[in-house]
Amino acid sequence: MTASSITPFRQAVRRDLLLAARHKTEVITALFFFVIVVNLLPLGIGPDPELLRKIAPGALWIGALLATLLGLQRLFAPDHQDGTLEQMALSPQPFTLLVAGKILAHWLVAGLPVVLIAPLLGLQFDLSGRSLWILVLSLLLGTPILSLIGAVGAALTLGVRGSGVLLSLLILPLYIPALIFGAGAVESDLAGLGAEGHLSLLGALLLVCAVFAPWVTTVALRVALE
Amino acid sequence: MLAVSHLTCQRGERVLFQDLSFDLPDRQWLQIAGTNGAGKTSLLRILAGLSEPATGSVAWNGVPVRANRSAYHADLLYLGHQGALKEELTPLENLTLGLGMEGFATTAPAVRDALTRFGLSGRERLPVRYLSAGQRRRVLLCRLRLRPARLWILDEPYTALDVHAAAVLTEHLESHLAQGGSVLLTSHQSLSLAPGMCITL
Repeated sequence: MTASSITPFRQAVRRDLLLAARHKTEVITALFFFVIVVNLLPLGIGPDPELLRKIAPGALWIGALLATLLGLQRLFAPDHQDGTLEQMALSPQPFTLLVAGKILAHWLVAGLPVVLIAPLLGLQFDLSGRSLWILVLSLLLGTPILSLIGAVGAALTLGVRGSGVLLSLLILPLYIPALIFGAGAVESDLAGLGAEGHLSLLGALLLVCAVFAPWVTTVALRVALE
Repeated sequence: MLAVSHLTCQRGERVLFQDLSFDLPDRQWLQIAGTNGAGKTSLLRILAGLSEPATGSVAWNGVPVRANRSAYHADLLYLGHQGALKEELTPLENLTLGLGMEGFATTAPAVRDALTRFGLSGRERLPVRYLSAGQRRRVLLCRLRLRPARLWILDEPYTALDVHAAAVLTEHLESHLAQGGSVLLTSHQSLSLAPGMCITL
């Protein structure tokens, strides 16, 4: 009757994706927020290609960062309210595994669309094909970091009043390394220095987060459930 | 067998209960009675392993629960106040995905059969949002049929149930006890089960 341990993980991902599919507006709102924030900059700064190229990596990365932050509060709060987290903690399967499934689902819903639409937005900043490619690569490595670190913050602020503001204060400083290396990868490519170094560091950061963040999140969730 | 020894629960300054000890052998059921706010749910949450007692310990088959959480949770079915039901999902999806996350594979016919048994046939594909409180409770009770477990911890299982559903639940409790399981529940009603133990907080 008991299935292998990969099945509960898959079920956790499937469940959150199904829920996201029933709440399409939330997903679309975050994506539109990203598009609009990034679009406002060229309009506000003016059509100077040189300048636009310079601010493009930072603008796109900050947009991605803020868009991830939007949905983060709802990562665990609904499950906490209706008792799903309790049942997950009582599952004979490792709680960490189910939490990791939720984080992956969050990235698929909030991070992946940003990665896919970023090159389109990069075009209006006059980025070359090669830079667009590096931008996608840096976001592909970086957005999972945003979801992983964000999950720790969401778990820590679970059940706290005014958790939205607290979450931003807690999480945004922790996003700084990802922002520096992510935007830095595109910048150094524009400067002709090659992006490998920055991308490697971003990859290392992702590995560290992937190992520790689900575990830390689980500990924080257990405290919130007490 | 569930063995509880010298349990004390404290909420802030207030001591809800102290030095509580009892054994719950197989084929036995135990009702926890007490006024509102006496600490019934707190006790159940401690027994399920969701929160830690101030002092004392809980052991399942001689092993402290804290030492082997996953073995205990494999044998335990806990039904709390909150349903863990997603309003957007149908009863069928709720049960299948919920059990899947616990590592139990179910088939759609088995889930449908359970829903029919609790009088929910024809509502399998209706989002839970459209169900009444009693019907939601019945969806949760389907877990009793679908998830194998030796120890049931049920928090107010009779809440919001009509006479028919209550009878079906009683039947399930009886057959679970007959098969060697044990049940721990809180309820304000007197139950029409074979005599069991009762603790008043």
